[in-house]
Amino acid sequence: MSSGERAPGRDDRRRRKVVITGISGRLGRVVARALHHDPRFLVEGLDRRPFPERPKDIVHHQVDVRSKKARDVFRAGDVDALVHMGLMHDPRATPAELYSWNVGGTSKLLEYCQAYGVPKVVVLSSANVYGPRPENPQFLSEEAPLLAAQRFPAMRDLVEIDHVASTFFWKARDTDTVILRPVHILGRVRNAPSNYLRLDPIPVLLGFDPMAQVIHERDVAEAVLCALAPGARGIYNVVGPGEVPLSVIIRELGRRTLPIPHPVARPLYALAFRLGLSSYPVAEFDFIRYVCMVDGARAEAELGFRARATLRETIRAVDEPS
Amino acid sequence: MGVTDWLRRRLDHAVDDRLGDDVGARTRALVFRGNEYGYDAYGLGRDHLKVAALLAGWVYRNYFRCQAHGVEHIPAAGRVLFVANHSGQLPFDGVVIGSACFLEPPQPRLVRSMVEHFVPTVPFASYLLPRWGQITGTPENCRRLLEQDEAILVFPEGARGISKPFSRRYQLQSFGLGFMRLALATGTPIVPVAVIGAEEQAPAINLKPLARLLGAPSFPIVPYPPFVPLVPLPVKYRLYFGEALTFTGDPDDDDDVLEDKVRAVKHRIESMLHLGLRERKHVFW
Repeated sequence: MSSGERAPGRDDRRRRKVVITGISGRLGRVVARALHHDPRFLVEGLDRRPFPERPKDIVHHQVDVRSKKARDVFRAGDVDALVHMGLMHDPRATPAELYSWNVGGTSKLLEYCQAYGVPKVVVLSSANVYGPRPENPQFLSEEAPLLAAQRFPAMRDLVEIDHVASTFFWKARDTDTVILRPVHILGRVRNAPSNYLRLDPIPVLLGFDPMAQVIHERDVAEAVLCALAPGARGIYNVVGPGEVPLSVIIRELGRRTLPIPHPVARPLYALAFRLGLSSYPVAEFDFIRYVCMVDGARAEAELGFRARATLRETIRAVDEPS
Repeated sequence: MGVTDWLRRRLDHAVDDRLGDDVGARTRALVFRGNEYGYDAYGLGRDHLKVAALLAGWVYRNYFRCQAHGVEHIPAAGRVLFVANHSGQLPFDGVVIGSACFLEPPQPRLVRSMVEHFVPTVPFASYLLPRWGQITGTPENCRRLLEQDEAILVFPEGARGISKPFSRRYQLQSFGLGFMRLALATGTPIVPVAVIGAEEQAPAINLKPLARLLGAPSFPIVPYPPFVPLVPLPVKYRLYFGEALTFTGDPDDDDDVLEDKVRAVKHRIESMLHLGLRERKHVFW
């Protein structure tokens, strides 16, 4: 039975029930708000953190995704879609904890989806899984190998989640799986690129100024909406309004820069990180050194997704008051 | 704001003053797909291009006093692959061909060349070369740009050509086949280019043991201080642009099928080289 046959009967009667993991995070709330405004969807949250400013009609399950209670959310079999974005990026957490949460949690969720016949799964991966490398072509397609872990093991979890999701894509043929790989998400979100751009002065590597792609957090929510459309399935790079050099982003934000020669930057920041003076993992210096850009043509052609915010709006989004 | 911004403004004014009407107008006339900040997707910036045009124009007109023949064969628009011989230890042949396409025809043409994969790891070069329109040499980049009707310069001899010793000057080394596959796949005409003069800009011998020790493809030595080729001799460059060659066929054919087509390009360059060397009376003027 394909989702195409199943969807109309259920959709006509009631709204589609979408479970969002990581709903308490900033990006989670942005996506939840977009879905909540849409009359086609009924939003449920799944996050071990509380969801403070929750609208009345959003049900929130404050449980760990790895726990038995998380299974109960799916057991009734009335979940129409899962949007999985509850990944932990805390650079201070132990590798074991990160692995168990991210990879273990994702596998568990996908197992429930298969067991209880969830017809649609959207996994929010990242364009960073391709890895910044000097040999990269300017634009990577969805078929490019995921080599991020080659240079820094901290990315291994993210790469593995993407692999777990693509395995699920082939294994669970009754489920329409969509893997989204958005470029650097900017906005009020507390992710690495937005935090980095909120620094002042911003440390940069002397003599390096790679081209970068950015996307507004609201455009990511829009891409999730596109991915929830019945019948959509596949792996998609999600790009914003364009490409700019890192220095232009910094100038647009009116920040000062602190150029550091790269042979010094690594040991310096590794020490600062260990002493708790910096929250920037050194491995991520490669992102401000080499290009890691993707081609978003497939998402535009097949999902009909196109970023709405302009480049300027996207860059300025990191300074929006929360 | 900071010192860097002040420097940037001063540099901008200085460049505008020296640019001259011709080069300035050509920089403005250049067609490229920039975004609201004036950069294209590959990192090319119009403001940076002015600086490059100024420097390259001086090298082209005053230092190498370049003479270009067959400029009418540079297409004003549409995809094109320039295929040239590579020589002279230092990649000034690329600079000169790029300048010729920018300065000689009625409509300036931006030629992108493919840089080595180690360039993105070198400070400053890592971003300056892309700002001037140069791109990392991967087949994906080349294909994408040709599909967007851009002009690309390739040296199928690669490192074999540029690092060959002076004793083998004007002897074409073996050509790679990659450029032909790309030309067939994208239906791109090939304009052969012969570069004369670059061979004499740094007459070098290759110290093979030292190269092996350093793990470099070659270690060239020149017979004048500082003994390593850093500054080219002020030779006179002569460029010969040939008529565009169009090939048809399957880009995934066997190597020997493609080799025939590649040989046709190689022969064309070779015969232009012979013609140019016959016409040349002196290396320096």
